[in-house]
Amino acid sequence: MLKLALRRFGAMVLIMAVVSFLLFLIFESDKLAVAGKVLGPYSSLEQRELWLEKEGYNRPFLVRYGEWVADALRGDFGQSIRFKAPVSDLLWPRLANTAILAGLVFALMIPLSLTLGVLAGMREGSLLDRLLSFLSIGTTSIPEFASAAFLVALFVFELRWLPGTSSMTGGFDWRQLVLPVAVLVLYDFGYVARMTRASMAEVMTSPYIRTAVLKGLPRHRVILGHALRNALIAPFTVIVLQLNWLLSGVIVVEVFFAYKGFGALLYEAAMFGDIYLIEACTMVAVFVAVFSQFLSDVGYTLLNPRIRFAREGG
Amino acid sequence: MAVRGRRDRGEAVPLLAAALRSLGVLRESPVAMAGAAILFFWLAMAVLAPLLPLADPNLPLEPLRPPLSVSADGTATFWLGTDIKGRDVLSRLIWGARRVLVWAGLATLAAYLVGIAMGLVAGYRGGWWDEILSFVANLLLSFPVMVLYIVVITRIGASPLNIVLAVTFASAPAIMRIVRGLVLDLRTRDYVLAARARGEGALWIMLVELLPNARGPLLVDACLRMGYTTIALATLGFLGLGLPPPDPDWGAMIAETQPMGAFAGHAMVFPALAVSSLVLGFNLLADGLREISLRD
Repeated sequence: MLKLALRRFGAMVLIMAVVSFLLFLIFESDKLAVAGKVLGPYSSLEQRELWLEKEGYNRPFLVRYGEWVADALRGDFGQSIRFKAPVSDLLWPRLANTAILAGLVFALMIPLSLTLGVLAGMREGSLLDRLLSFLSIGTTSIPEFASAAFLVALFVFELRWLPGTSSMTGGFDWRQLVLPVAVLVLYDFGYVARMTRASMAEVMTSPYIRTAVLKGLPRHRVILGHALRNALIAPFTVIVLQLNWLLSGVIVVEVFFAYKGFGALLYEAAMFGDIYLIEACTMVAVFVAVFSQFLSDVGYTLLNPRIRFAREGG
Repeated sequence: MAVRGRRDRGEAVPLLAAALRSLGVLRESPVAMAGAAILFFWLAMAVLAPLLPLADPNLPLEPLRPPLSVSADGTATFWLGTDIKGRDVLSRLIWGARRVLVWAGLATLAAYLVGIAMGLVAGYRGGWWDEILSFVANLLLSFPVMVLYIVVITRIGASPLNIVLAVTFASAPAIMRIVRGLVLDLRTRDYVLAARARGEGALWIMLVELLPNARGPLLVDACLRMGYTTIALATLGFLGLGLPPPDPDWGAMIAETQPMGAFAGHAMVFPALAVSSLVLGFNLLADGLREISLRD
């Protein structure tokens, strides 16, 4: 078990290292372009050369990369060109805002999709089952910006119940969170519900459930005591991996609703060509994705008795 | 499998006959039929766009007219209204369908060519080939998709060709994984051993023996992936990183309308409906095909 976790951890570190190197290569191998970005388009070649010399850009590429990594590990990502502030000062508050958004999405999506999935999987082919597969195909077909457009047209323009932007300029307002959270839950819950349903349906056909039914256990005890424990292993990994998808959706939703989160920051940085900010945001995004992969791998092994015991035995 | 094709070399037009036969298979699933119907509708619109009596999609006429309104001189009807610049929404939707179908198709095709090549080599050759190709795939899959799109496209610029390139980067690794998995299963089959015993080259075995036998699951995935690519293109359009304006793009139509949306909700809702229905078509077809293939 520990060996597996260590190996996965090693793979994660390797991926992060290669991604960071590629990013550095893409964005900082052309030194003059970096100087041009930082000093502005009207800076002279002389100014740029001076700046490069002063900032130590004329040292070998690998030395600069090593220093960049060392700084990044200490939480120093340099200065944002657009916002004229240290990248780390921008990054953490934005990440906190996105964490609020993502936390709410998970808090709503997990109970909703697990309940629907388990109920549908308990009786394959039932009305609820067919309704759920219909619903989930529908909701996963509507991209985030499209469902945002529908919801805004209805709740903002027609009914005037909710605000159409979520910039929180006048302090925290929960009403501004309703639409962004709704859009993300709508897009994401269908997939998790379908996975839960498939897992539950598979468990329900297994011999040990038949045994439990035949020995006369009441239905609710068969479901709660026997089926659920194994049926929820696969959805666990799906939910953790959903973090990766959520990050993509978060960018679109934050841009749509002008929410001051991490996704919108990454988008602004990329549109403006704010090199150091792009590097930092991309590294954070990749870290979240790779770390959730790691969690789901290790968690799956921990939860799944077949793998767990096979490993301990052998 | 989804498409049960025998190789009938005798038929005059084997490809066409095979295509018709596989369309017949769809009748087994109402879900697949519904998906195919939606797709057929949009395909027909896209192909017929130049023939339909539509206004020029980029010509400003009368701004912010509601759906079903008649133009001031009484000669034209704006069936779906006009947008904030006064362009006909219906015309922009239909020309937008043409654009999204062409580029999503090309991008998916490019991703498939690269993904299939990577998967065949990784699965059949194994060893170092597999290690290296799988690592590249893992590397690309460790990016949240939208982050990869945004970083790649802001770096190389938003041109149609670059978008095809970005979609290939984002989709080929996933296709590679599917092909690799299928090949790992197929490579131990007797007909592969027979081909090897005959002395066929690796390229022949990969393309003639392995690939055709992997097509069932790939067809289902291709439908799903056309849906993803449509979403990706429209989302990039919404973010201002898509196919360049002024030609209509469903995502960009929503972004253009959003600030003035209170006065032109229709110019936001119709493109949203268009993109959702097209993706729904792909998803229904994929779901139906999967159902049919499981039944066989």
